[in-house]
Amino acid sequence: MADTLLKVRGLKIEGRSDETWMPIVNGINFDLCRGEVLGLIGESGAGKSTVGLAAMGFTRDGCRISGGSVEFDGIDLVNAAARTKRDLLGRRIAYVAQSAAASFNPAHRLIDQHTEAPVQHGVMPRSESESDGIELYRKLRLPNPNEIGFRYPHQVSGGQLQRAMTAMAMSCRPDLIVFDEPTTALDVTTQIEVLASIRKIVEEFDTAAIYITHDLAVVAQMADKIKVLLKGDEVEEADTREMLSNPKESYTKSLWAVRSFKRPQKPAVQTASVPVVSVQNVTAAYGKVPVLHNVSFDMHAGRTVAVVGESGSGKSTVARCITGLLPPTQGQIELDGVPLPSDYRKRDKSQLRQAQMIYQMADTALNPRKTIGELIGRPVQFYMGLTGSERRKRVEQLLEEIELEPSQYYNRLPSELSGGQKQRVGIARALAAEPKFIICDEVTSALDQLVAEGILKLLARLQDELNLTYMFITHDLATVRSIADEVVVMKEGRVVEQGLKEEMFRPPHRPYTDLLLSSVPEMDPDWLTNLLKDRGVDNIGDAALDKMENESPG
Amino acid sequence: MASILKIIAQRLALGALTMFVVSVVIFTAVNLLPGDFAQAILGQGATPEAVDAIRRDLGLDQPPITRYLDWLAGALQGDLGNSFAQANFAAFVGSDAGSGLSSVAGQIAPRFENTIFLAGVTALFAVPVSLTLGILAALYRNSIFDRATNILTLSSISSPEFFLAYILILFLAVMNPILPSLSNIYEGMGFGERFTKTLLPALTLTLVVTAHMMRMTRAAIINLLASPYIEMAQLKGISPLRIIVKHALPNALAPIINVVALNLAYLITGVVVVEVVFVYPGIGQLFVDSVKIRDIPVVQACCLIFAGAYILLNLTADVLSILSNPRLRHPK
Amino acid sequence: MSNLMLFVAAIIGVLGGGWVFRFLGRTFTGNKPYFRDMGLGVAFGYVLGALLLIWLIWAYGQSHSSDLATANKFFFLGKAVEGFFLFAAAAWVFRLFGRYVGPDGSRKIFRSMPLTASFGVLTILIYAFVAIFAAWLAPYGQEEILSSANIVPGGNPTVGGNPEFPLGTDQIGRDIMSRLIFGAQNTVGIAFATTCLAFFIGGSLGFLAATLQGWLDQVLSRGVDVLMAIPSLIFALLLMTIASAWAGSEKGLLTYYMILIIAVIDSTRVFRLARAVGLNIVVMDYIEAAKLRGEGLSYLIFREILPNAYAPLLAEFGLRFCFVFLTIASLSFLGVGIQPPTADWGTMVRDLAQFINFAGFAPQVASAPLLAAGAIALLTVAVNFVVDWMLQKSSGLKE
Repeated sequence: MADTLLKVRGLKIEGRSDETWMPIVNGINFDLCRGEVLGLIGESGAGKSTVGLAAMGFTRDGCRISGGSVEFDGIDLVNAAARTKRDLLGRRIAYVAQSAAASFNPAHRLIDQHTEAPVQHGVMPRSESESDGIELYRKLRLPNPNEIGFRYPHQVSGGQLQRAMTAMAMSCRPDLIVFDEPTTALDVTTQIEVLASIRKIVEEFDTAAIYITHDLAVVAQMADKIKVLLKGDEVEEADTREMLSNPKESYTKSLWAVRSFKRPQKPAVQTASVPVVSVQNVTAAYGKVPVLHNVSFDMHAGRTVAVVGESGSGKSTVARCITGLLPPTQGQIELDGVPLPSDYRKRDKSQLRQAQMIYQMADTALNPRKTIGELIGRPVQFYMGLTGSERRKRVEQLLEEIELEPSQYYNRLPSELSGGQKQRVGIARALAAEPKFIICDEVTSALDQLVAEGILKLLARLQDELNLTYMFITHDLATVRSIADEVVVMKEGRVVEQGLKEEMFRPPHRPYTDLLLSSVPEMDPDWLTNLLKDRGVDNIGDAALDKMENESPG
Repeated sequence: MASILKIIAQRLALGALTMFVVSVVIFTAVNLLPGDFAQAILGQGATPEAVDAIRRDLGLDQPPITRYLDWLAGALQGDLGNSFAQANFAAFVGSDAGSGLSSVAGQIAPRFENTIFLAGVTALFAVPVSLTLGILAALYRNSIFDRATNILTLSSISSPEFFLAYILILFLAVMNPILPSLSNIYEGMGFGERFTKTLLPALTLTLVVTAHMMRMTRAAIINLLASPYIEMAQLKGISPLRIIVKHALPNALAPIINVVALNLAYLITGVVVVEVVFVYPGIGQLFVDSVKIRDIPVVQACCLIFAGAYILLNLTADVLSILSNPRLRHPK
Repeated sequence: MSNLMLFVAAIIGVLGGGWVFRFLGRTFTGNKPYFRDMGLGVAFGYVLGALLLIWLIWAYGQSHSSDLATANKFFFLGKAVEGFFLFAAAAWVFRLFGRYVGPDGSRKIFRSMPLTASFGVLTILIYAFVAIFAAWLAPYGQEEILSSANIVPGGNPTVGGNPEFPLGTDQIGRDIMSRLIFGAQNTVGIAFATTCLAFFIGGSLGFLAATLQGWLDQVLSRGVDVLMAIPSLIFALLLMTIASAWAGSEKGLLTYYMILIIAVIDSTRVFRLARAVGLNIVVMDYIEAAKLRGEGLSYLIFREILPNAYAPLLAEFGLRFCFVFLTIASLSFLGVGIQPPTADWGTMVRDLAQFINFAGFAPQVASAPLLAAGAIALLTVAVNFVVDWMLQKSSGLKE
C-alpha cells in the first residue's frame, strides 16, 4: 500500500465527570494509508466518535487526550499549536457529522457554508469554489444541483443535507475525512442513496476516510478494513472480508451472530378463527391533518404481526388508535370480536388489561422515582387485586420470567439498570396485567444489537409459553425477519401490502415493498456494488420513490 | 414573507388584547375600594351635598361599565382624569377642577420624560457592558474570571435595590464626593448637569440590570456554543473570531434581543425604589407618593403606563426575534 | 479630557503588562501550550486582576492606618474584606465539619459542594435559628423604647457608644440589635409564609392544568398571561393601596392582606413553572402507561408526576423566596409593607437611611442602616448560591 497518512499510537482519552477525570479510551493504535477507508465499529459507549474526533486532533469540551500520539502526515496533532491544527482542519482533514440538520448553521445558505473553508484557507477563490460546489452537488446526485446550494438548511431534506455536508467536506479536497455515523438518523431507502454517493466520491478523489458506525452491514459496504471497539478498548482489526468471514475474538463473533436469530414461520391461521385484535377500516387524523387512511388488518392468537414502514408512515399512529389514545374518525377496533370503545377513558378495566404496551425508550417508560418492585407491583395490585406478600410473590415470579434475579433487583431504581434490563422491566410490567395482546413499539431500536437480540429471544419465549399476540412496530427489517409471522407494510398512512412473512420476503413484490427490502444493507461486502449494478443508480432511494409516485398517482 | 407578516400581525393583535384586558383588571381592582372616591377625598366630616357634588363631578354616579368606557376613551386620547390631591385642593379653593395643573396627564408627562431619561442612561451603560461581560464569561467559562463574575453578579442580583443604592451613595457621594446623592431635577436644566445628577441612580440600576442581563447572555451564548454547527465550524478550521462573528452572532441575535428587552422591562420595576432613594422626580416616585395618599386616578394611570411599557417591550422582543429567525424569514 | 487620556494610557499600560507577562510565561515554561496559545486578552485579564488585588491589599492596609481620617476613608472597605474572609473561613470550616460528621448521605453531599454553596447553607441555617429563637436571643423587646437615640454600634464608650446596646439604639431609642433579631422572625417568617402560599396556589393549579389540559389549562394560562403583563411590584403597590383602604386603622390586618396579595401575584410565576415542569413529565411514556392502565387523576398527580417534579420545584422555591423577600423588603422600604412598630428590616433601612451622610467623619454611625440592608442581602445571596449550585448539579446530571 501507499505511504501512511495517519498514525495513531496508544491513544488515551479521559472525560470529566463529577470533578474527576475518567478514562473513555484506553490506548488505541491504528494506521491509515492514503485512499484507505477504516471502519470503526462498536456499540454505544465504545468511544468510537471520541476516537474519530481525536484523529483530527480535536476533543470535545470536558474531554482531553491524556496519552499517546496522533500523527497526521508527520505532524503531531496532540502537541501541535492551535494555529497549526486550524490550518489543517477543513483543508486537509474534514468532518461529516451525524446530524446534518443540526450541523449546518441555520443562518447561512448551504453554498456560503460550502465555500467558507476553501476561501478562509486560501485554497480557491469564492467564485471557483462555488462552481466547484455545484459540480460536487451534481456528482452526489442532489436534485437541482445548480440551485440547491442557494437554499437554507431547513429548506432541504435530511438525506440531501447529509450529501451536501459530504460535498462541503470535499470542498478543499482533503486527504482525510472522518464520517461520524452519517446515515444513522436516516430511513433505509434514504440511507442507501447517501451510502452510494459517499462511496463514489471517496473513491473518485482517492480520499482516506474513517467511517464510524454501529451498523455492521453498513461498514461492510464502506470500509477497506474494520476495527472493533468495546468500552474504549480495541478488540480486533482486520481487512473487511477477513473480518466478516473469519472473526477471531469472541466479542466480534457474537456481534456477527446477532443477525442469525430467526424464528420458524408459524402456519397460516384458519380463516374462521376470531382474531384477538382486528383493526377495521381505521381512518385517523391529528387535528385536521389526516394520518391514517382506511387501515385494516387482523392479529391472531399466538402470532407476531410486524407493522413496518419508514418514519411518517403512520405505524405508531395505528398503535395509538388501538390503545384508544387517538380515537379514530372512522372505523373500529375489535377485541375478541367485540368492538372496543374508541376512547381509552371509556374502556373498562378488563378491556384495558387485555392490551398492554412496551415502549421504545425504556428510560421514559419507567417512572425514575419508583423501584422495580413498585413498577411491576402496581399493575399486579391494580388489575389482580393482590397486596402484601402475595403481590411481592407475583412480582418476584415476573422478575424470574424476565431473567432478573428478584432479590437483587426488587428494590432498585430504573437508573441503576442497564438499557436492556430496563426494557425487560417494561416487559414484566406488561406481563403483570396478564394480557392477551401486547404492542411492542420499536422495542429494540434504542438498544445495542447484542442486547436487542436478548430481548427478541425473551419475547419469543414468552409468546410460546403464554400464547401472546404481538403487534411489532419497527422500521428494522432485520428484526422483522427474525421474529414476525405476518407482515403489514405501511406507507403514508396506508397499508401497502400484507401477508405471511415467508411470502413477503420472496419475490415478486409490490414496488414499494421491493424498494424497502432491497435497501436493507446486508453483511456481504459486495452487496451495495451488486445492488447498484442490478438496479442502477436511478432506482434506489428518493429517486426511486419519486418514480413510483409518478407511475401510480394516489 | 406573507407568513411572517401574519405572525407579526397576530402578535401585535395579541399585545393590544392583553393591554385591553390589563386595563380592565386595573379598573376593576380600583373599583374594589370600599365606599367611593368622593367619600375618600372629603373624609368623614363632609356634608352629603359636597360628597354628591364631587361624585357628580367625577362621574361616580354612573354604572361601572360606563365609567370604564369613559376612562378608556379618555386614556386613549391622553386624558387620564383628574388627580384627587389636586381635586381636593380645588374643592377647597373652589376653583375649576378641570384646569391644567390638576389633570393626571399634566402631572405625569414631565415625570414620565424624566423616567425615560433615567432608563435611557441606564440602558446606555448596562447593555454594552453586560453583553460584553456575558460573552466573555461564556467564552472563558469555568475560568477564574467566569467564577468571580458569577459570584459578583449573583450577589448583585440578590441585593435589594436600596442596598446597592446606599452603598453607591456611601462610596461615591459621601466618602468620595464625586456625584450628588440627591437627584433634584427641574425643568430647563442643562443637559450636562441633568446627566450628572442622573448618574448615581442610573449606576444603581445598571448594577442590578447588568447582573441579570450578563447572566442571561452568558447562558444563551453557552447554549449556542454547544450547538453542533459551532463544532462543525471549529472542525472546518475557522478562526475563533470568525466563528463568533459569522456563526454564533447571527443565531445569538434572537436570544440577545430577548435578554435586553426582558431586562429593560425589569428596569420598570427597579425604577420605583431607586427613584424614591434618590428623590428622583420620575413616575416611580409619583406612583409611590400617590399610593401613600391613595390618589386613585394617578395610581391607576401610572399602573397603566408601567404595564403598557412592559407589554410593549415584550412585544418588541417577540417581533424582533421572529424577524431574526432564518427559519421564519425564509420559509420552505 | 485629561481623565480620558489617563484612562486610555492605563489600558495601554496594562495591555503592555499583559504582553510582557505572556512573553515571560513562554520563556520560562519552555513554550508550554497554555502560554503558547494564550490570547493577549487573557493575559490582559490576568494583569488587571493582579493589579486589582494589589490595590485591595493596599487599601486594606490603609483602613488600619493610624491616621484617623485615612482609616475612616477605608473603614467600609476594610470591614468588607474582613467580612469576606470571615465568611469564607466559616464556610470552609462548616464544609469540613459536614464532610466528617453526620449520616452518609449528607457527607456525600458535602464532599461535592463548592464553597459558595456551603456558605449559603450555613447562612440559611443561622438565619433559621435566629428567626425561630428570636424571643430568647434578643436582649430587649422589639417595641421597647429604651433610651435616647444613639446609633453608634460597637458599644465602645470612647467613640460615643453605649455598652448596654451593642449595636446602638435607633432614632426613637429602641435597641437596634433586638430589632434586627426580631426582624429575622418577622421579615423572613412573613416571606416564607407568603412563598409557601404562592407555591400552594400556583403549584396545584399548574399541575392540574398540565395534567388535564383542555379548556381549564387555556383559561388559567391566559389569566396568568394577563396578570404577568403587569410588573409585579407595580401590581403589588396598586393592590396594597386598595388593601390599606380595606384595612383602615387596623394595621395588623394589612400584613395579612400583603401576604395574600404577594402570594397571588407570585403564584402566577409558580404556575408557569409548575405547568411547564408538569407538561414535560406528562408527555413521558410512563404517564401514558399509567393512563392506559386506567389510573385516576389523583394517582397520576401525586404518585407519578409530583415525585419527578421535586428537584426543579425546590430550586424554584429558593428563587421565589428571594423574590418575595425582596418585594416585601421593598414595599416596607417604601412604607406600604409591614407596618410599624413591628420590627422589619425594610422599614429599618428607611428609618435609619439619613445617618448614611455621617459616613465621612463617623463611619460607625453610617453602618446602622447598612446593617439592616446587609441582613436582607446576605440571606438572598445565600439562598441564591444554594439554588445556583442545585441547578448546576441537576443540569450536570442530564448531560
